[in-house]
Amino acid sequence: MPKVSMTVNGRAVSGEVEGRTLLVEFLRENLGLTGTHVGCDTSQCGACVVHVDGKAVKACTSLALQNDGIDVTTIEGLAANGKLHPMQEAFRTHHGLQCGFCTPGMIMSAVDIVNRLGKVDEASIRKELDGNICRCTGYHNIVKAIEAAAQNMG
Amino acid sequence: MSDTGIGARLERKEDHRFITGAGQYTDDINVKNQAYGFFLLSPHAHAEINGIDKSDAEAASGVLAVFTGDDVEGELGGLICGWMIKCKDGSDMKAGGHPVLAQGKVRYVGDHVALIVADSLAEAKAAGELINVDYNVLEACVETGKTQDKEAPQIHDVAPNNLIYDWEIGDKAATDAAFKEAAHVTSLDLVNNRLVPNAMEPRAAIGAYDAGQDAYTLHTTSQNPHVVRLVMSAFIGVAPEHKLRVIAPDVGGGFGSKIFIYAEETACIWAAKKVGRPIKWVAERSQSFLNDAHGRDHVSHVELALNKDGKILGLRAKTVANLGAYMSTFSSSVPTYLYATLLSGQYDIPAIYAEVDAVYTNTAPVDAYRGAGRPEACYVVERLMETAARELKLDPAEIRTRNFVSEYPHQTPVIMAYDTGDFNASLDKALKMADYKNIDKRKAASAKKNKLRGVGFSTYIEACGIAPSAAVGSLGAGVGLWESAEIRVNPTGSVVVFTGSHSHGQGHETTFAQLVSERLGMPADQVEIVHGDTEKVQFGMGTYGSRSAAVGMSAINVGLAKVEAKATALAAHLMEADGGDVEFKDGIFSVKATNKSMAFGEVALAAYIAHNLPEGMEPGLKDAAFYDPNNFTFPAGCHICEVEIDKDTGVTEVVNYVAVDDFGTVINPMIVEGQVHGGIAQGIGQALTEACVYDTDSGQLVTGSYMDYCMPRADNVPSFEIGFTETKCTSNELGIKGCGEAGAIAAPAAVMNAITDALGVVDVPMPATSQTVWQAMQAAG
Repeated sequence: MPKVSMTVNGRAVSGEVEGRTLLVEFLRENLGLTGTHVGCDTSQCGACVVHVDGKAVKACTSLALQNDGIDVTTIEGLAANGKLHPMQEAFRTHHGLQCGFCTPGMIMSAVDIVNRLGKVDEASIRKELDGNICRCTGYHNIVKAIEAAAQNMG
Repeated sequence: MSDTGIGARLERKEDHRFITGAGQYTDDINVKNQAYGFFLLSPHAHAEINGIDKSDAEAASGVLAVFTGDDVEGELGGLICGWMIKCKDGSDMKAGGHPVLAQGKVRYVGDHVALIVADSLAEAKAAGELINVDYNVLEACVETGKTQDKEAPQIHDVAPNNLIYDWEIGDKAATDAAFKEAAHVTSLDLVNNRLVPNAMEPRAAIGAYDAGQDAYTLHTTSQNPHVVRLVMSAFIGVAPEHKLRVIAPDVGGGFGSKIFIYAEETACIWAAKKVGRPIKWVAERSQSFLNDAHGRDHVSHVELALNKDGKILGLRAKTVANLGAYMSTFSSSVPTYLYATLLSGQYDIPAIYAEVDAVYTNTAPVDAYRGAGRPEACYVVERLMETAARELKLDPAEIRTRNFVSEYPHQTPVIMAYDTGDFNASLDKALKMADYKNIDKRKAASAKKNKLRGVGFSTYIEACGIAPSAAVGSLGAGVGLWESAEIRVNPTGSVVVFTGSHSHGQGHETTFAQLVSERLGMPADQVEIVHGDTEKVQFGMGTYGSRSAAVGMSAINVGLAKVEAKATALAAHLMEADGGDVEFKDGIFSVKATNKSMAFGEVALAAYIAHNLPEGMEPGLKDAAFYDPNNFTFPAGCHICEVEIDKDTGVTEVVNYVAVDDFGTVINPMIVEGQVHGGIAQGIGQALTEACVYDTDSGQLVTGSYMDYCMPRADNVPSFEIGFTETKCTSNELGIKGCGEAGAIAAPAAVMNAITDALGVVDVPMPATSQTVWQAMQAAG
């Protein structure tokens, strides 16, 4: 079986995978990082969003082997030295989650949005979240959380 | 402790694990030596099974076993519907058998034909392709309005013409008389469109059997683990109740779809003993579309009789409700006692008559989905009211105020007796928040931009906090709908509450702790809430029907009273005072007219140290309660929706949405607002984007993934304006009505009233996609 090596949340990892093994499967099953979720099978729901070389990528639509030698950050790696990322804090402060299942992917997407667009307005946030589906919150508080975090992120 | 008590906008305890990716959802859990289950589903909507050749599959790499309907026959009972509904002639509903794996026949695309168990999921799936099923394909009918026709195929032998029951409620003679003398009759033909619940976490289960202990453990994505255990032991015969542990860990949303007992978890727990290894199954989203219980799917002809002043004389409704190919666990109750009993709405209506035909079609089973019958009722009543207002040239707010109930309690003609409310208060507040008086200015401004603006009202009421056990028992429910709580005070003064409620997004770990914080005067972080495990919680009916605050918290409230009573007696003894002279406030026991006091924590420790207890008092400090509500609760409110429609494309935008709701006592406004937001979004989804479609020729599920089923995204909904009014519920001490479903109940009518206002047409079907709206504009000329 082919071998893949990458850096995940700052740690060098490797494993044996099949050609068809998805990045999300490698993260969840080989590495036990179950924070990244699978919510659909057509790449629309966004529950699987991670950062690959600093950019948001849907881990369900990326093969593990495609990411050989690459830097991956999952939700588990977002907090630094035990301190939550401003986006994580904002989601809690603004009640931007209910069941929590879409939340890891939502937060990772949100960080990417702010990284790219800075202090982004409501209309832009709503448009940028096209690739993340939430069934619980109605998006109202997710938008508020992202607006707030954008003010607190460098 | 008011800063973590009732009314506090307390941040949620459960958030920490969810925002750091440390949640434990069923698919995150792996059991030692687990095997993987995959289901072979029927590709046909209706077919006889002549035979199944599983030999190649059984021989395939990694396969432990392949099970079919023949294997479960004689070992497992069928999946049940637990609510008996009677027909007009007094006969029972016609419930066709629902085997765990298909026996003899498949009745919808997705019907479970085989369970393949293998060392890996990939091997189980590969083996599935090697199973040869010899089908004799039959005609299928997927249409609610056509399945009772003579030519329609017979789906279950026990139900001629695919009629499950024909049920009625109300007074036909009085209603007919009301219509005879009416100055005006408004009538509508309404379709309440079929929806797929789509909680973001797909259903999953891990069934395990421990041969050494002769005991079963089932992890399942359930809203009610004890009900799962009861049904599996008492009705399906998987295992004796005391040998079956059911755990519903973190569950990613339910909305009703995770109430029911399905084929998958049943087959997995049964098969785990057969193969001698735990079996893990996780639905792919396309399986969720096929197999999760769908929602809604009513076709109705409805009429409102009014006098010349716009006062309602009567309402009648004829509804055909599609229950799908098999009767799901609560299916029969949804279009009857959860629907027609709300047809009085917020209005004083003298006479109501409703008839409901529940039918089989070759589609997935249909059951409760957020609102469960009340969105359908609100849609009927509020679309009739708005249409009547337009026909009578009355302002839509005015026609409501002329008809609002104003005296309480109010007995409706359809069983429900409203305890309290103030519909004018929510209407007035909503009118202000929506700046309704300037709507014409906004319509004119929109017209300048080539857009049609419309405004729609939905003054809804619903019945939740389900339910008084004897009442629902008399209406056919197989179970009672009380709730339980056990309050354990630890020696060091912290508290653990074991609740029969379940949290799959509602924030109970926080809100239930707020109640304890309020009553016992301790910070909420000293209170632990335990739920979801039948080994830890004695019994509970689970979470659905907006019941956990009204019923679940009431059980905790009663338990807390018992704990306080014992603690008070002990405090009195320790302070050498009379019990009647001891007061308990903000966590302190004090003796009136003295400066003697003891903190709750001190009394708790004393109870466990037990060196000095009053005569006859047992050591320890814990108690339990089972709480049976004595009525439904009646949240109500006024939602006002404004839409803008592009004249060229039919694209409809919700530009403003105001919701004023009366939920009685609100424990955590932040969480309650969140429930309203989520419900409104689902209601807007029903109105604008979501449609579950089966092909009428082949019976195939056309909308089988997110490619074709349009879930509302962040840019399909606006930010909402939420307000509250409050009339405390009189049927529980806390005054709580509940809030979980209100948004989904009210919103579809508000949106469709706005769209029909904008277009100046009588009706537009849901979902009002741009194509549908564009066609309506062309037809209107």
